[in-house]
Parts: sequence; structure tokens; C-alpha cells
Amino acid sequence: MQFFKSSIGRKILMAITGQCMVLFAVIHLLGNSSIFGWLPGGINAYAHHLHSLPAPIIIGFRLGLLLFVVVHICYGIQLTIENRGGRPQQYAVKSVQKATFASENMIWTGVLLMAFILYHLAHFTFQIINPETAALKNMVPGLDNHVVPNVLGMVLSAFQNIGVTLIYAGAMLILFLHLSHGIQSFFQTMGWSSDKTQPFITKAGTLAALALFLGYAAVPLTILVHILK
Amino acid sequence: MILDGKCPTGPIEKSWDKHRFDLKLVNPANKRKYNIIMVGTGLAGGAAAASLGELGYNVQAFCYQDSPRRAHSIAAQGGINAAKNYPSDGDSILRLMYDTIKGGDFRAREADVWRLSQVSNNIIDQCVAQGVPFARDYAGYLDNRSFGGAQVSRTFYSRGLTGQQLLLGAYSALSRQIKAGTVQMYNRREMLDLVVVDGVARGITVRNMVTGEIESYAADAVCLATGGYVNVFYLSTNAKGCSVTANWKAAKKGAFFANPCYTQIHPTCIPQAGEYQSKLTLMSESLRNDGRIWAPKKKEDVSKLPADISDADRDYFLERKYPSYGNLAPRDISSRSAKEACDAGLGVGPGGRGVYLDFADSIKRLSEDTIRERYGNLFEMYEKITDENAYKRPMRIYPAPHYAMGGLWVDYNLMSNIPGLFVLGEANFSVHGANRLGASALMQGLSDGYFVIPYTIGGYLVTVKPGAVTTDHPEFKKSVVDVKATNNKYLSINGKKTVSEFHRELGKVMWNNVGMARSKESLNEAIKVIPQIRDEFWNNVKVTGSGTELNQQLENAGRVADFLEFGELLARDALHREESCGGHFRVEHQLPDGEAMRDDVNFSYVGAWEYKGNDKEPELHKEPLKFETIHLAVRSYK
Amino acid sequence: MSDHKTMTLTLIVWRQKNANDPGKFETYSAKNITEHHSFLEMLDCVNEDLILAGKEPIVFDHDCREGICGMCSQVVNGAPHGGQDRTTVCQLHMRKFKDGDTIYIEPWRARAFPIIKDLIVDRTALDTIIQAGGYTSCHTGGVPDGNAILIPKPIAEEATDAAECIGCGACVAGCPNGAAMLFTGAKVSQLALLPQGKAEAVARVKNMTKAMMECGFGNCTNHYECQAACPKGINVKFIARMNREFLKAQFA
Repeated sequence: MQFFKSSIGRKILMAITGQCMVLFAVIHLLGNSSIFGWLPGGINAYAHHLHSLPAPIIIGFRLGLLLFVVVHICYGIQLTIENRGGRPQQYAVKSVQKATFASENMIWTGVLLMAFILYHLAHFTFQIINPETAALKNMVPGLDNHVVPNVLGMVLSAFQNIGVTLIYAGAMLILFLHLSHGIQSFFQTMGWSSDKTQPFITKAGTLAALALFLGYAAVPLTILVHILK
Repeated sequence: MILDGKCPTGPIEKSWDKHRFDLKLVNPANKRKYNIIMVGTGLAGGAAAASLGELGYNVQAFCYQDSPRRAHSIAAQGGINAAKNYPSDGDSILRLMYDTIKGGDFRAREADVWRLSQVSNNIIDQCVAQGVPFARDYAGYLDNRSFGGAQVSRTFYSRGLTGQQLLLGAYSALSRQIKAGTVQMYNRREMLDLVVVDGVARGITVRNMVTGEIESYAADAVCLATGGYVNVFYLSTNAKGCSVTANWKAAKKGAFFANPCYTQIHPTCIPQAGEYQSKLTLMSESLRNDGRIWAPKKKEDVSKLPADISDADRDYFLERKYPSYGNLAPRDISSRSAKEACDAGLGVGPGGRGVYLDFADSIKRLSEDTIRERYGNLFEMYEKITDENAYKRPMRIYPAPHYAMGGLWVDYNLMSNIPGLFVLGEANFSVHGANRLGASALMQGLSDGYFVIPYTIGGYLVTVKPGAVTTDHPEFKKSVVDVKATNNKYLSINGKKTVSEFHRELGKVMWNNVGMARSKESLNEAIKVIPQIRDEFWNNVKVTGSGTELNQQLENAGRVADFLEFGELLARDALHREESCGGHFRVEHQLPDGEAMRDDVNFSYVGAWEYKGNDKEPELHKEPLKFETIHLAVRSYK
Repeated sequence: MSDHKTMTLTLIVWRQKNANDPGKFETYSAKNITEHHSFLEMLDCVNEDLILAGKEPIVFDHDCREGICGMCSQVVNGAPHGGQDRTTVCQLHMRKFKDGDTIYIEPWRARAFPIIKDLIVDRTALDTIIQAGGYTSCHTGGVPDGNAILIPKPIAEEATDAAECIGCGACVAGCPNGAAMLFTGAKVSQLALLPQGKAEAVARVKNMTKAMMECGFGNCTNHYECQAACPKGINVKFIARMNREFLKAQFA
């Protein structure tokens, strides 16, 4: 189909898949924040609820996410290669007026984020990095006398390690960069911005990216400095 | 020879309709068999190529720029006139015709001007349909303004970009035909010869400006829409590439050049700052709606800051001399008054070439914001060039060559005296007489292109067999050989002066002797000096590089060589016309108060010159002008 | 106004004989330049010296020299048209430079704009995009009265904002991806805003963006360098509008 080959069509797919992942990141962050205790039973209960959802929903959700990631990455790489060819020879003097470090390095922040996601999956989802603290292997009593995986214990022990904390906090900084361009870019690509709304969208996008960064980084950092025990 | 404009007879109101009916039609099935060459793709050429292509003809269009969208029509700021009478302020086709004839100082053909006025309304409709974003009022209707001293609001506009928007409209129509395959576009080609076979125009020879190749194209009709020649003055408001070359090559092949002395000097241009200057920039004369023009009364004040000159020491000379029109007096009159002030030693700025255009009173009356809203882009442009803030101190302005009313002679069908050669837009002489009114150039270009040539060319084509001559004809071969020889000559002289130096030298002579005020002495001197410059050019010009590559020096050499021949003709025409009219002012012929004195008894004719060779005097042919609808009167703007 | 201070500048200029020549930078000295010289007049002066010295002058595209024809096209110190806000290089004046400055002058660089010679590039790709649909298919004659279709002032104004594009290609030259989205977006938006253009809106946006790709322009990554480079200040909102038109066209 023409749409999937077109310049704007592929950008729209990048934008939509990217934005879906942003939404996922927001939900994920809300879930994470249960570690601060606003949900009865804390993060363990939250994780338990999540995993008690019917299997088709979980599998569907994961496959959906996988699809977003794959589409986003494939088109990202393809478009980047094409764009590099758009100007084969660079200028002797580089002069930047409006582009930002974030906008110019989307491919690299993207690659780093992918690496981080793989690490994060291995760490907390498949729990193969520190098997001794794996939540699935350390069941604890939860609400309603259920026995639930000890996610809290796994997370606490992981982030008491300064190296792991730095990896996570660093990755979130990269996420901030990626999204500070990506969120406003989504509105532009979808055609939902104008000269009047664009400055606001750009600011709001950066703020949202900052909020995600602060939210995500809060967990490892508060654990590291023993605010969260 | 007495020339016949072949104008339709009978009541003027019916003239164009009757003529269209009388024209024979080309069978639709036969149209694609006819080839038409269009040289130049500005308003006239672009509109014509698009319209002819759409009718089914095979059109080959040529321009020297890299795209048809860049023709200098694009630089027109003010607007385009039409007799729509939307504001109901008394306008009509007849009034537009009257104003145009009177503005042109009774030196244009009535029938042509009637037609122009009649189709002016179609032009607006056409451009709106193309998506030209004309200014609108809040109710969504087209907005009009009064322009160039007109007593009615008949000017349609799009910010200060009317020319650009209209040209892009024509360009879009042309692009559509290029895509459809009816028009073949040749960019970066410069016409260097007209090929005439047995007295009939059959094609052109061009230089491919990228490869240097000399190419020939044959057709059943050749149209020139190649603009005006005021770059003969070197400094003008025209684009650098504008030249007389296409017209002059046609003239050398027998086309008559009509009224070359009618050149328009525009009053509101930014003055020259130095010798190195390459062009003059025009600012829309709409500025005169709110600006007051003045010069110091005393010579000792000229170097003072304008703010330090008291109101009593300022001479608001247009308001003084023309109380009813004041600062809105027609272009020729305003320009000449400014020159008079400067000649009297009262000019301001570098070289004393400038008068003030002052907005202080308007800013006081209307507020700076209102002025900014109306003219913001012009003030910005002025500041970019001069580094002066015109909200705080008055602008300096000076007249500059702007438009050529003269051009190749054409009959009512826009065909020159060479059968098969048509001339459109500024390149022909037809409708503006001795002076063009503001917002009429765009009207003429589009009228010729959209609504005249598509009809009249058919009347000619039915009389010829399509494809009768091809580029294999010996005349084409000869043309290529001649063009190559001329180019090689430029390259081989290897002298000590650049092409631009010669152009500047010619420009000075033209400006000083054949400019705003001409006298027998000054013209005779020009006629003596120009051939000397020309001779030196052919012995001492330096053109680097080769002919088989992109070579801007070579392109320019050709243009300047033609100006060096044409400039002399311009001076001769000015010398022969022993009267003052419109843009042609002879100091010997003025009324006691300094106004132009026309001589309708002896000079109410079109002067069309036949080229006889560089060393021979050209021959004058006359087309008498008759005024049956608009009666001859003294043009007064007092 | 009439001060006689002059500047001497070092120019590092891209010289390339033709499309096949690899090209290289050459250094020139521009002498006796005043603050009132335009950038192109400064180059004219350098060229006059070169010609008299029997050397090939620097070729560059230019025509109207008043900022409207869109012919001039030079990247000065990395910025298309020299980086002065809303200014073409022909309107750039030397008062923006200082005595002793070194200035890099390069042609537009983009895959879709092959270099012809020195600072001149081939921009026919922009014409190709317009030919793909940048028009209304009205006939000459046979159109309704200009006032038959009412167009509210704000719409007419916004369409004019888009229509101010001079087609110089600075947006492409400024875009790190060599994309023509601002150029295409401006034309698509102008005609999409106006009622006259709506009838063909679906085909237009599809065909023009397709032509844009086929010409070798890159894709948009929303850096907005195009808007910064545009001498007419065309806003990137017109890219957004084109995106919207494109999306809408998928469901039409």
C-alpha cells in the first residue's frame, strides 16, 4: 500500500507507535508508583493484579507492544538511512538554528533505549540477571492471604546497587531526550499543531517528558538514598 | 511606410467581440499539429503558454531562469486593475479605458485599450479560480484599493506581493500543462536569434546556458514575451537578467521597434548608495498614499539631519505644484519633479540623489501601528538596504528606470510586421502609450496571455500549413553558425575591460542624456558617444571561460552588446520626437510652468523603427493614432 | 551614510567546474567592501577582479536582487541565505560582517539539487513537485465571478502566508535531511485552505508528496530548520497541515 511507502505515511506510523509507547510508559509509571504505597498491598499487589488478568489480554498486550516497538524501530532505521542520503555532503560550517541535541540524535537515543529495554526485560520481567532476588522465586504473603511474588524485594535489592541505579537513571535521562522531541513531534506529524499551539505543545511535551523522567528516576534514586526501604 | 494596426471598425464597445467572431477558428483536431514557440514565461508568456497548451496546441516554452516561476513579473508589488466596479464608485470599462488612454498621454491605440479594459474583469475571475489569494474583506469579498492616483478603487491586490501571486497562478497553470505534455518547458535557455524563412517567423536559436550548446527550434508561430529593456540604463528596478536581446534579435531580422523612447522612471525607489551598486530597488508607490514628499528649500540644509530642518524650510513640491493630486501625481510627473529638485542642488543623501518621503504626519494622524500594518514589509525592506528606520526619519527616495512602454510593433492581433511573430506583454508597445499607470502592467501581461493571444494566434495559424519548415532548413543552419560566431568573437577579444564596466558606462550615458529630461544636445551627444563605447566594447572587452559551459560573462556580453546597439535607437527615437509626452520629456517642449507639451498635430503617431544595420540610420514607419472615443485633451493633474 | 570605511574579507568559496567535478574550496580576498554593499555586490567586486586577472569568476544564481524571484541560493557560514531573519542572500548587506571576517560560501547541498557549477544547483525537482498537483485544474475562461466564492479574510490571509513561498529551496538546503516538506506543505496548504483548491485536495496531497519522494528529497524529522532558513518565514504549521491533509486523504 502506498501509505506504508510514503514519506508522511511512515512518519505517521512512527508517531502513532511512538505515542502508544508513551502511553504505555505513563501506565507503567503509574504502576511503578504503587511502590510508594498509595495502593493497598503496594507494588506486590499491583504486580499480582496485573498478572492475574486473563492470559489472552496479557499476551495480546505484549504482542501489541512488541508490534509497536518493531514498527517504530524498523521505520526509524529505514527513515534515518534515507534521510542521511538526503544530504550526502555536509556543509563546511555547521550552523544550527532550531534543531536540538534531542532532535538530531533520535536514532541514537532510540538505540540506547532499545538496549535498555532489553536489559530491563531481562532484569525485571524475565528476571534472569539477578536470579537470587527474582520476585517469582521469592513468594511472600500479599493481600487476601494470597501468596504473591516479591517484586518489592527484587526492586529494593536491585537499586541498592549504585551501578544498576545509574543505568536506570541514565536510561531515563535518555528517555527524556527522546520524548522531549518525540512528543511534540507526534502532534506535528499528525497535523494537530499550528503556529499558535506549537510553542505550547513543545513546552508541554518537554514537561511531560520531564515528568516521566522524574517519576521513573524517583524509584531507583529514592531506594539508593534509602528514602524508600 | 504607413503601418496598419488592423483594428476593428465600428462602435468601440463591440470591437473586441466582433473581432473575435470574425477570426477564423482552427479545427480542434488540427491544433496539436501546430507548434508554437513561447519565449519568456512571465505573466504574459506563462499565461499564454498555459492557455495555448490547454487549447491543444503544441507549445515549446523557453526561459533564461532555472524555472518559469522566477520571471520578473514576480517583483510587481502594488496590484492589478480591473473595471469590476465592486465598490460602486463609478468605475466602468469605459472609464478604465479613458484613464489608461489619458494616463498614456494619448499615445496608445484606442481599440487595444478598450480590449484590455474589457478583459480586465475576466483576469480577476481567472486568477481567483486558480487560487490566487487576493486580499479580502471580513465578509469574504474581494478588496480594492485606489492606486497610482486613480479616482476610483479598482486595484486588486495581495499584500505587497500581487505580481508574485499572479505569476505563481500563471506558473501553476503552466505546470499543469507541462504535466499534461502539451507544453514542453526549456529552462536556462536564452534566445539568441529569430529564424525568418521567406519573410515568415519560423523558429528561434537559443543557447543552452548549462551546456553552452546552441540549439534550434522550429515552429509555426513564434511568440516573444520577453519583457522590457530598461536595463539599458544599467541601474534599474529590473532583474539582472532582463535584456532587450530577444526583441533586438527580432528587430535585426526585420521586426519594427515602436516608441523605444517611452521609458518609465518610477518615483519611489531607494537611492543609489555607491558606484558598485548593481540594481535599484523599488518600493510600492502605495507609500505615496500616506507619505509626503519634500526636499529642503535651502542648499545649506541638504546635509542636515531631516529632523533639524524646520517645516518652513521644507518644500513639499508635489503638493505645491499639483494641489489636487499632490503626492499622488502620476509617475512621470513625480519623478521629474524629484529630479528637478536634485538638479537644483537640493537633493539629499549620497551624491545628492534623493528626496524625502516623510511619514511623520501620517504617524501622528494614524499611529505608527497603522502605518506598520499598511507598509510594514516596505519599511523592513528599506531598513535592510539602508540601515535606516523610516518610522523615525523620512525615507530617501529617487526615481529609477522601471518599465518600458515601447516595444516591438504589433497589430491588433499582437502580430508584428513579420508574419508569424507575435509579441506579448511588456515586450510589445501596444496599450500604455507614453506612460503606464500603476497596476496596469500586470493587467496587460495577463490580458495578452490569457485572453488575447489564444484567440488571435488561431486567426494566423489557419492561414499556414503546420510543420512547413523544420530545423533542417538552411536558414536554421545559418542562424546557428552566426550565433556561434558572435559568441566566439566575445571570447576571443580578450581585452582589458569587463562586460559590466561597459554596461555601467552605457548606463551613465543613457541616464544623463536619455533619462528623465532629454534635449537635442544631450541626445545628439548620446548618439555620438554610444557607438564609441560600442566600438571599444568590440575591441576591448574581456570575457573569460569558454562557450561550451555555463558562462555568465558570455551571457552578459551578449546582452550588453545588444544594449549598446539598442541604446542608440532609443536616443534616436527620443531625438525625432519633438514633443514631450508621458515618460518622454524634451526640455525644449514644455509649457511655461514646466509641464509636458504634447504636439498632437505632428506627433500623434506610433513611431516604429526598421533596423538597417549598425552603421546606417534606422528607417521610421508611422502608424497614425485616431482618437474617436476618448477625445484628445491636455493631461492635467493640477 | 557616506562613511568611507572599507572592509577586507577572506572568502572560502566552493568551486566546482561541473556536475562531475568533485569540487573544492578556494580562498579569495574581497577588498574595498563597504557596509552598503549587498552580499552579491561584494561577490560582483571579487568577480571583476578575477576576470581582469584572467581567472574564472565565481558563478552564482541571482536575478531580481530584491528578494522575491527566489533565484539566489548560497549557504553563507553554514546558513542558507546567510542566516539573517527573513532575508535572501541578495538582500543581505555587508554591514552584518566585520573587517577581517572569514566567510564560507557554499551551494545548496541536497541529493535532489545536483550542483551544476560552483554555487549554482539544479532545482527542477521543485518544479516537478508543483507539476504533480500544485494547481487548480481550472480552464482559461469559463470560471465564475471572482466574488461568487466568498473567502473569509482570515482564510485568505493564511493562504497568502503559505503562498509567499518564493521557491528558492532554502528549506531543503537548511534541512539536515534535504527534505522539501516546507516547500510542498506551503503549496498544499495554500490550495487546501481555499475553496477553489478543495475539489482536488485528495489527489493533490498524494501526488505532490509522492513526487517529492521520487525526486530524492529526504523525510521530515521536525527539526524546523526549514522555517529558520526560509527567507519568507513560512511557518512549519503548513507541514502540519499537509500531514493532516495526507492523513485525511487516506480515508477519502
